[in-house]
Amino acid sequence: MADFAVELRDVVKQFLTPEGNLLNAVDHVTMQIKNGEFFSMLGSSGCGKTTSLRMIAGFEWPTEGEVYIEGKAMGHTPPFQRKVNTVFQSYALFQHLTVFQNVAFGLEMEGAPKDEIEKRVKHALEMVQLTGMERRKPKQLSGGQQQRVAVARALVKVPDVLLLDEPLGALDLKLRKEMQLELKELQQQLGITFVYVTHDQEEAMTMSDRIAVMSKGKVQQMGTPVEIYERPANRFVADFIGESNFLDGKIKSLSKDEAVVIVPELNAELTGLPVSAGLVSGQDVTVSIRPEKIRIADKRLDQNSFTGEVKNTVYIGTDTHVFVDVGTKRIKVFEQNRISRLDPGSYYTIGQQVMLVMLPENVLILKKE
Amino acid sequence: MLQRLRENKPAQGTLLAAPTLLWMIGLLIIPLLLTSVISFGRRSPDGDVIFTFTLDNYTRLLGYSTDCDTGQASCFNPLYMQILWRSLTLAFNTTVLVIALAYPLAYFIARAHPKRRNTFLFLVLIPLWTNFVIRVYAWMMLLRTQGVINLVLGWLAGLINVPFAPLEMLYTPGAVLVGMVYEFLPFMILPIYTSLEKIDNSLYEAAADLGASAIKTFWRVTLPLSMPGVVAGTILVFIPVMGTFIVSDILGGRQVILVGNLIQRQFLDARDPTFGSAASLILMIMTLIVTYFYTRKFGFGEEIVAA
Repeated sequence: MADFAVELRDVVKQFLTPEGNLLNAVDHVTMQIKNGEFFSMLGSSGCGKTTSLRMIAGFEWPTEGEVYIEGKAMGHTPPFQRKVNTVFQSYALFQHLTVFQNVAFGLEMEGAPKDEIEKRVKHALEMVQLTGMERRKPKQLSGGQQQRVAVARALVKVPDVLLLDEPLGALDLKLRKEMQLELKELQQQLGITFVYVTHDQEEAMTMSDRIAVMSKGKVQQMGTPVEIYERPANRFVADFIGESNFLDGKIKSLSKDEAVVIVPELNAELTGLPVSAGLVSGQDVTVSIRPEKIRIADKRLDQNSFTGEVKNTVYIGTDTHVFVDVGTKRIKVFEQNRISRLDPGSYYTIGQQVMLVMLPENVLILKKE
Repeated sequence: MLQRLRENKPAQGTLLAAPTLLWMIGLLIIPLLLTSVISFGRRSPDGDVIFTFTLDNYTRLLGYSTDCDTGQASCFNPLYMQILWRSLTLAFNTTVLVIALAYPLAYFIARAHPKRRNTFLFLVLIPLWTNFVIRVYAWMMLLRTQGVINLVLGWLAGLINVPFAPLEMLYTPGAVLVGMVYEFLPFMILPIYTSLEKIDNSLYEAAADLGASAIKTFWRVTLPLSMPGVVAGTILVFIPVMGTFIVSDILGGRQVILVGNLIQRQFLDARDPTFGSAASLILMIMTLIVTYFYTRKFGFGEEIVAA
């Protein structure tokens, strides 16, 4: 077995825009997807995630660079000669065929014997819990059931890699969450590599072993959900995944493991911050801190504590979002509602003076962009 | 009154359908009933209809003349059956040829860049701006002995010093077939295009993804999904070709007589509306039978997809 199930090496895909300009839809992308991994490409529309997936499937060919599947360079290999299968966003079910015939389609194309087709289709339909639906036409199924047929149709071929292009986009939220867990379970049972394209960060976080965050045709960061959330590589990732407070600053001093950043907006300094590679003293930086990692405290700590005034609060059930003005900056803080209370007086009120504490390990220094 | 109509949905429906319904009753149902009544009548010596009940017109169509003693072998003349059979085979051949020509073109247009599709469809429709009869006459100019095709061929033969005798193309069954195919081609292209255009590109990709070559994709996916268009086109072509008499009149002369010509001559030349009516009804019944079996096998347009 090759080191990687799928590898993209310095891949570029150019398209001609309607205005006649060349656009790099995928711009020098390199990624390695391990065997048996649930890998997601995450980004907003036009970030190049679907185009990357289509190049793996063989529907598009790279303008530059090369796609490898199981270590083999794909070149201009057509889709039907690649050991990958796709679950399409619109499902792309054959409306004139029954559920059974849809799932059997790929096996018939291989020329598998009839009794083997029967056995494998039955097994695939069991896997996606559609036993008994064999003779229905796709139109007679619900959206979720159609989605399962699409998955069964691709999985029955036992591909090395299953490609999924926003497969849950058309389902409602509750069903989508169920299907997320089901797909993840299926992937773990089968041990097949899944490459999953989505614009929904929560979906990517829920399902993936690793995520590639993409923007403007480039990979912004690749890593586990924890790495991407806790150590975003740049401001784009910190902003795209979850929420963050961004503060402009300048590095005042730098030692081997601690940095001090002057933040004019807070009219203060942040001290004891963790140091990442490539920072120099005097550099302009952006400081990022997640709203749920800021504490509202009763008394000042000796480090990174700031008094501010509550400007607004929003109760959303699990959390209360508190907006606090410190210096000239409005800081967003998420407080978990750990105790059930009805009395409005027990929540923060507008105009109240509070103390915000930003623990050094929660503050990230990012390059200014 | 108006208030009550607003609340009465069935009455609204009837009111909306009324003009068409009256039109159909007055100009389709009643004439059809008249035609069937006349077909059982007898022609008077001066060409009027004597209303009675006789099957003479139908036995005559089958080839048994009433003028001579029945049972005599020489009395049997299958001329009319031959005409009916010729019409049927011509309609069949025309439809097959039209599908063969229209399908690739419709496929090409459906897969062309969306911006160019309308231009191509426009080009398909342009001939329909000219009168039907004039278009048939144009074929006469092309096909006759001193026509464009023979002139060009003669000129080409002259260039390479080969003796050339003009081809006899006009007034042949081939000329009628060419004319029919030309006249009815757009009516096949448009419905096939419509059903092909509806096939989402992802279906072709899914087929390729599942291991189907281009040829297999066509037979297993493209063709079945475009069958509603082929069926609709076949109905639009087959039925009128069965009854049209202008094309065979102009391009077939006296050589190619179809059931349409037969009917026309009975009403205008022979002045025998009773026999003409019988022939009309037989034509209609034949067409209905063929269409019935055809649609039972292939379905009516959308049904294939919806089922």
